[in-house]
Amino acid sequence: MNSTVIKHYVDQFQHLQKELISDQLQAHRQSAIELLQETGFPTMRQENWKYTDVRPITGKLFNTTTVDPEKISTETFDNLRLHELDCHELVFINGRYSAGHSILKALPEGVVIKDLASALKDHPQLIAEHLSGFSAAEHNGFSALNTAFIRDGALICLPPNAVIEKPINLLYLSGLNDQPFASHPRNLIILSENSQVTVIESYIGLNDSDYFTNTVTEVCMKQNAHLQHYKIQQESMQAYHIGSLKITQAKDSQVESHSISLGGALVRNDIHSLLEAEGAGIRMNGLYMATGKQHVDNHTRVDHMRPHTSSHEIYRGVLNDHARGVFNGKVVVHKDAQKTDAVQSNANLLLSDNAEVDTKPELEIYADDVKCAHGATVGQLDQDMLFYLRSRSIDENTAKSLLTFAFADEVIRRINLDPIRKRLEYQVIGRLPEADLIREFAA
Amino acid sequence: MLEIKNLHVTIDGKMILKGLDLKVNAGEVHAIMGPNGSGKSTLANVLAGRDGYVVTDGTITYQGKNLVEMAPEVRACEGIFLAFQYPVEIPGVNNIYMLKAAMNAIRAYRGEPPLDAVEFLNLIKEKVKLVNLKEELLNRSVNEGFSGGEKKRNEIFQMAVLEPKLAILDETDSGLDIDALKTVAEGVNSLRHHDRAIIIVTHYQRLLNYIVPDQVHVLSDGKIIKSGHRELALQLEEKGYEWVKQEAAAA
Repeated sequence: MNSTVIKHYVDQFQHLQKELISDQLQAHRQSAIELLQETGFPTMRQENWKYTDVRPITGKLFNTTTVDPEKISTETFDNLRLHELDCHELVFINGRYSAGHSILKALPEGVVIKDLASALKDHPQLIAEHLSGFSAAEHNGFSALNTAFIRDGALICLPPNAVIEKPINLLYLSGLNDQPFASHPRNLIILSENSQVTVIESYIGLNDSDYFTNTVTEVCMKQNAHLQHYKIQQESMQAYHIGSLKITQAKDSQVESHSISLGGALVRNDIHSLLEAEGAGIRMNGLYMATGKQHVDNHTRVDHMRPHTSSHEIYRGVLNDHARGVFNGKVVVHKDAQKTDAVQSNANLLLSDNAEVDTKPELEIYADDVKCAHGATVGQLDQDMLFYLRSRSIDENTAKSLLTFAFADEVIRRINLDPIRKRLEYQVIGRLPEADLIREFAA
Repeated sequence: MLEIKNLHVTIDGKMILKGLDLKVNAGEVHAIMGPNGSGKSTLANVLAGRDGYVVTDGTITYQGKNLVEMAPEVRACEGIFLAFQYPVEIPGVNNIYMLKAAMNAIRAYRGEPPLDAVEFLNLIKEKVKLVNLKEELLNRSVNEGFSGGEKKRNEIFQMAVLEPKLAILDETDSGLDIDALKTVAEGVNSLRHHDRAIIIVTHYQRLLNYIVPDQVHVLSDGKIIKSGHRELALQLEEKGYEWVKQEAAAA
C-alpha cells in the first residue's frame, strides 16, 4: 500500500519528537503514529472513501514548513483578515501560530482562547482529557496523522454561563514555502453549561502553492451550550485539504454549522455530531463550488442517540468544467431516539457536461416514532428560467450567472453574520461570468 | 413593424406552424384567436426566440430586420416583450433587481446611460399603481409564491416599465377573475400608443371587451384562416370555430 509515505511521516515524527518537549500528549502522539502504521491511509475500497481517491495526497512526500510566521509581513495577508467584524483573530501561517499577528481582545473571566502550544503548557490536563475521548476506532489515517503531529491549533474553553460576544476567527493561511509542506492544525473547543460562542475557521491559500492541510477540530458541548461554527475553505487551487469536525452535544445544546468550500484541488470535509442527550440539535448548511479539475467531498454524519433530538441539513453543490463533487450525509436514529426530527437535503447544479457529482443521503432508523425526511437532486440550470431572463433582455451569460448565484445563495443567505455573508457572496459572485453586473443582486 | 411571411415552425420535428402570414403596423392591436393546439402559443414563443422552436421556412421581419437570427435578449433590447402564459418562478432572483438589470441592458443597447436609483424607483412607483400590484411583491423573488393573478399583473407591470415597441400577450387573460382581467386590460390600454404594436393571443373573447382590437385573426392548424374586425371575435364566441374552418376549407 502506501508504505513509502507512511515511512516518510514516521521519519518526520521521530525527527519532530526531539523538538517537541515531552508534554502530556506524547503518549497520544505515539499511539497515533502506531495507528497510522497499522491502518494506513484510506482507500477507495472503504465505503466512506468510495468516491475519493486520496493518492494525489499520499503519493506526495510533504515536508514541514520552514517559514517563520513572525517574519511574514502583515501586508501579505491584510485583506484576508476580517477587519469588518469585531472579532478575536488567531493567525496561523503554514499551520504555525503567530502571536505577533494575532489579535486577542479582552475576555470575560475564566474564558480561555489561546494557541494550542501555549495551552499545552498551561492546561495540559484539560487537553489530554478531551483528546482521550477520541477513540482509535473513529480514527482514519488522516486524523491519526493529525494527532501524531499535534502541536499548533487553538484551544477555546468557556466556563459555565460565559457568553463571548465577539466571534473568534481562526485564520489559517498557507503558502509561501519553497517546498510542498503539510500542516496538521488541531482545534479544541470546550463549551461548558449555558456558554455561547461563534467560531470561524478560515483556511486560505496565500498564493498558488502546493501544500496539504490536515485539520481536526473537536467540540465538546455541555448542557444548553450554543455554538455557531463556520468553516470557510479557500485553499489554493493546487492545495489538498482534509478536515474533520467532531462534535459531542449534551442536553439542549445547539449547533449551527456553516461549511463553505471553494478552494483546493482535492478536498474532504467531514462533520460528525453526536446528539447524546435530549433536546440537542444541529443545523448544518453547506455549499461547495468546484471548477477545473477540483474534487470536493463532503461527508456528514449525525447520530441521534436520545429522544427529542433534531438535525436539519441543507447542502448545495455547484460543479463546473471537469469538477467532481461528493456528498454523503448519514443520519442514524438510534433505538432510544424517539421523536427525532431529522431533515436532510442535498441539491447539485451541474454547469458542464463533464462535471460530476455522487450524492448519497443515508438514513438509518432504529426507532419507530420519528420524523425524518431526506432528498437529493442533481440538475442543470432551468431552461425556462433562463429563457425568462433572456426575454427580459438579460444576456445569456449574465442570466446563467444570476441563476447560479441564486442557487448558491440559498445556503449563503442563511449566514447571519453579515460581514461573513457579504464576503462569501462577493467570493461566490467573483467566480461567475459577468460578476460585476450581478454584484448588485447580492446587495 | 412586424411582417411574417409563410412561417413554418417545428418543435421536436413536429410541424406546428404551416405557412403563417401576419402583418402588424405600429399603433395597432391584433388579437390572435383559435382552438387549442392551433399554434397560438408557438407563434408567441417563436417571436420571443425560445429555444427548440425551429423556423424551417418563411421569414419574420421586425422593423426591417431578420428576427429569426436574433438571440432572445437582442429581441428584447430591440423592443419585443413577451408576457408569458405561465410566468416562471425564479427563487433567489429579486424582482426589482431583475427589472433594473433588464432596463439597463436595454438602455445600454441603445447607448443610453443607466438610470440612477432614484429615477428607477420613481418609475417603479408610478407603474406599479397602473396594474394594482402589491408593492411588497416587488421585493420578493421573481414570481415566487405569487398567485396566478399576481403573476399576470407582474407581467403587465414589467411591460409597463420596459415600454416595448412590440408586446405579445400570451393568454394573459387565462385564469383571471373579472377584476384582475379589468386591471390587466387597463394596464394594456394605458400602453396603447401610435408607436407601439400589441399582439394579444387569447382563447377567450372576454378580454376583447376591454381591449378593443384593430384586427382579429383566427389561427387554425398552423395558419391564419380568417381575419376581420372586432365583430369576428363575437361571432367566434357565439358560433365556435367550426364554421370558420369549413368556410376556409370551401374557399
